[in-house]
Amino acid sequence: MTSRAPAPGEAPVGFKVNARTQGRLLEVAGLRTRFRTPAGVVRAVDGVSLTLDRGRTLGIVGESGSGKSVLSRSIMGLLPRRNVVREGTIEFDGERIDTLADRRRRDLWGTQMAMVFQDPMTALNPVLKIGHQITEGLRFHLGLDRRTARQNALALLRSVGIPEPERRLGQYPHELSGGMRQRIMIAVALACGPRLLFADEPTTALDVTVQAQILDLLAAQQRERNMAMVLVTHDLGVVAGRADHIAVMYAGQIVEMAPATALFGDVQMPYTEALLRSIPRLDQPRARRLQAIPGRPPNLIAPPRGCRFAPRCPYARPDCHAEAPPLVESSPGHLYRCWYPVGGGAGTGGTAGNGGTGGTAGNGGNGSTGGI
Amino acid sequence: MPALATDQVVHHVEDPVEEVEASPGRRLGFLGWFSLVWLGGVALAALAAPWLPLPDPDRSVLEIVRVGPIQPGHPLGGDGNGRDVLARVVFGARASLGISVSAVGLGFVVGGTLGLAAGYFRGAVDGVLTTLFNVLLSIPALVLALALVAVFASAQQDASNGRKMVVLILALGIVTVPLIGRIARASTMSWSEREFVKAAEVLGAGHLRIMVREVLPNVLPAMVSIALLGVAVAIVAEGSLALLGVGVTEVPSWGNMIASGRSDLARAPHIVAVPSIATFLTVLALNYLGDVVRARFDVREAAL
Amino acid sequence: MALARELAKRALGLCLVLFLVTLFTALLLSMVPGDPVDTLVPLAESEQADAMKAQVRADLQLDRPLHERYLGWLGDFVTGDERGEHFGDYYRVSGRDPVSGRLAEALPISLQLMAYAQVLALAVAIPLGVLTAYRAGSAFDKATNVGAFALLAIPNFVLGLALAYYVGVWLSWLPPSGYVAFGDDPGEHVRRMVLPAVTLAAAQVAVYMRLLRSDMVATLQEDFIQMARSKGISDQRVLWRHALRPSSLTLLTVAGLNVGTLIGGAVVVEVIYSIPGMGLAISQAIFERQYVALQSFVAVLAILYVLVNFAVDVLYTVVDPRIRHARARN
Repeated sequence: MTSRAPAPGEAPVGFKVNARTQGRLLEVAGLRTRFRTPAGVVRAVDGVSLTLDRGRTLGIVGESGSGKSVLSRSIMGLLPRRNVVREGTIEFDGERIDTLADRRRRDLWGTQMAMVFQDPMTALNPVLKIGHQITEGLRFHLGLDRRTARQNALALLRSVGIPEPERRLGQYPHELSGGMRQRIMIAVALACGPRLLFADEPTTALDVTVQAQILDLLAAQQRERNMAMVLVTHDLGVVAGRADHIAVMYAGQIVEMAPATALFGDVQMPYTEALLRSIPRLDQPRARRLQAIPGRPPNLIAPPRGCRFAPRCPYARPDCHAEAPPLVESSPGHLYRCWYPVGGGAGTGGTAGNGGTGGTAGNGGNGSTGGI
Repeated sequence: MPALATDQVVHHVEDPVEEVEASPGRRLGFLGWFSLVWLGGVALAALAAPWLPLPDPDRSVLEIVRVGPIQPGHPLGGDGNGRDVLARVVFGARASLGISVSAVGLGFVVGGTLGLAAGYFRGAVDGVLTTLFNVLLSIPALVLALALVAVFASAQQDASNGRKMVVLILALGIVTVPLIGRIARASTMSWSEREFVKAAEVLGAGHLRIMVREVLPNVLPAMVSIALLGVAVAIVAEGSLALLGVGVTEVPSWGNMIASGRSDLARAPHIVAVPSIATFLTVLALNYLGDVVRARFDVREAAL
Repeated sequence: MALARELAKRALGLCLVLFLVTLFTALLLSMVPGDPVDTLVPLAESEQADAMKAQVRADLQLDRPLHERYLGWLGDFVTGDERGEHFGDYYRVSGRDPVSGRLAEALPISLQLMAYAQVLALAVAIPLGVLTAYRAGSAFDKATNVGAFALLAIPNFVLGLALAYYVGVWLSWLPPSGYVAFGDDPGEHVRRMVLPAVTLAAAQVAVYMRLLRSDMVATLQEDFIQMARSKGISDQRVLWRHALRPSSLTLLTVAGLNVGTLIGGAVVVEVIYSIPGMGLAISQAIFERQYVALQSFVAVLAILYVLVNFAVDVLYTVVDPRIRHARARN
């Protein structure tokens, strides 16, 4: 990780600075989330385990419908009350949070973990002033009076790079540009000093020119506050160079997970390879998302029996459709879920033969794209 | 839906099960069948009233004056003048339903035609008709009906019963015109933008043909769902007008039964209760079926 | 300013509608079959009767063509007649009575009744709508929905008679009829207005509740609600501070439109509970064939209704700043 942006403004006062700066913050094991719908039970998250250390960034990558957004909401506990079943264990700072009562869990939201949503157009309340939306959490959680909360809000706005912060407090979201709104949303999420930030496609709805600014802002804030971040995106290009670990999700499962450098250097899963090929190149007009992958993600009510990616996989063999591959380790910390991995690593019972053409080309190409 | 995107599930199906149960669209269910059976029964009884084995609804029998239900030969008792309540409520259905259905039928045809024309031709036609609708809508419906009936039916001291009926139908029909007209207009506007209408235009079909063959079938569900609610509103309006003393008086109607039973409310509440319950159940059934039609055809404009 | 121009445009449209409505009520009078004067002066043929009829005809301007009569009525209506009385005359055999006097008595009473009913309906419907949306699909939600559906199907006169009889007469909890001005006896005023207001409000509760519930259910699926939840604030706060206002536009519109229903309902309720408001005044005018008075009463109610809807339209911009923004831009 290189430091890019200069540290912006003063840090807002009033949030806890955690004594410990290292070590495990989040540990998720066997997480499953199912939605009961009229059409059947949707297995949106189907057995996910992962860990995240303090101050680090985990990138979660997948197409829309892969369950990546549901995963971050499941970890946080931000799910509809009815017709949802969540299983598995979630430990935050050494404490089980999946079993917490609603009220206790709400105490964590905002102060310990917060979320930045995809579309600042729809995620900010259109009828409330920005000042109210920022100070609400401060006043609710920290019990600040109106004036102190306002001071904090101003400091926050300055630190996320908003010009004329006094004026902004009295404005409504629709009076600001998209990039500005996303900065506001980040300020709202950071208000109570969370130690874990979920950023759910934070740049997807923004102009290309603004995307990098917002990502840089998130990185700077993260560094300054020693805050861990789960960065959810459909675009491997977004997490390249910004995430310490990357988890690739497909059909509700993690299909490949590794430290960023290891992943980009040694892709195992054909799906990851396909995602890499779909990264828009800077020197070309912005490509349509994932145009390289034909077909759609599977129906999560009745997922395929074998490998869930098999129906769309260019390397699929008959046995791929018959039995689901387990998550195996190719090198320490590098997990993947494939019978015939493209990198030709420690393929379980497979041969490395299929990596030949596509795999090498993909690996060769992404080294430069990823910028690692 | 080819594949269920889980993101969509979280965003848009906050409460999926509820969506299925609360919408009356898919299956009729108990209330739906009850509504159909009740309305069918009432309509049948109203049509067949003269041939049913009922006492004369106008004949007074001294023994059953203000006598409550469950009497031999008079299952629902007698009213303040000793007339059989069952016979009157059945014959009353003739007047109440007859007036309401005819009025809404009138509003349906006139309002539908005007609304269709406004939505299809747009421009000046739309401007004039929309203003007309707005003017009619800006007079509270019951007050408008009251004024119309008052002016036309009670000007002469002794307006005949038939004339009163016609005037009631006209008045309630005029009230219905802008309601159905506005729905028809809005619905026509959205449908006449569709490809198949454009295609018919390109093929050289005449305006009338396009309106009747292409647009009308799609606009009808919205109009029908409003019309069902309209009949319910008209039944209540008939009752209100009767209570205000400008309804039909010579033949029994649910409204005038309630109006005339008022004075005996303390002594014989069943005289008011029987037609009230009949009105309630009929309105309930019409409202429910209106909702069913709306849900089944996804009539969004009907909200306003 | 663009917003001012927008408002001016709307005000112009308002004037057009008002003109047409009053013209329509004037037309109504000219459509009366036969000679209305004959019914107003029910005297046997005599010179005296003829003179009287001629006088009435001249006073009512029935001897003049429609457009003159309309303009004359409009002039009286707006600026007052030669005696400074607005709204024309209320004719009896015994003489003429200014309609404005009746309006001054009856209109405030009706407005009171409607205001009580509207406030009561909203006060009950808003919490119910919010709670049923919050607990959508629960047994509470379903039971409330069924209850609302039933409430919607009870005609107001049936409910009025039932309440007047059971609560007023049988239980004798509240007086079943009559009106007492607030200034005369506040306690008695409230006691007498409870049943009429409840009767008038009942169906509106169902309408408002169902509307708010369905809009609220939609709002609760919005991203900004997830965002508000993710701040960790209480569900109460999410519901009342974040979800209610964006969900209340349809409710506001319908509450405005419903003033028409309320006016019609008030007419009936006033007759049932013997409250001397516009409803009683109108029934009396009809009964006594006072067409000028009727014309003025109907016109006043229509104007009231049109103005309320105009006000609702303006209120929109207060509730939803997005509309203010969009209008200012146009």
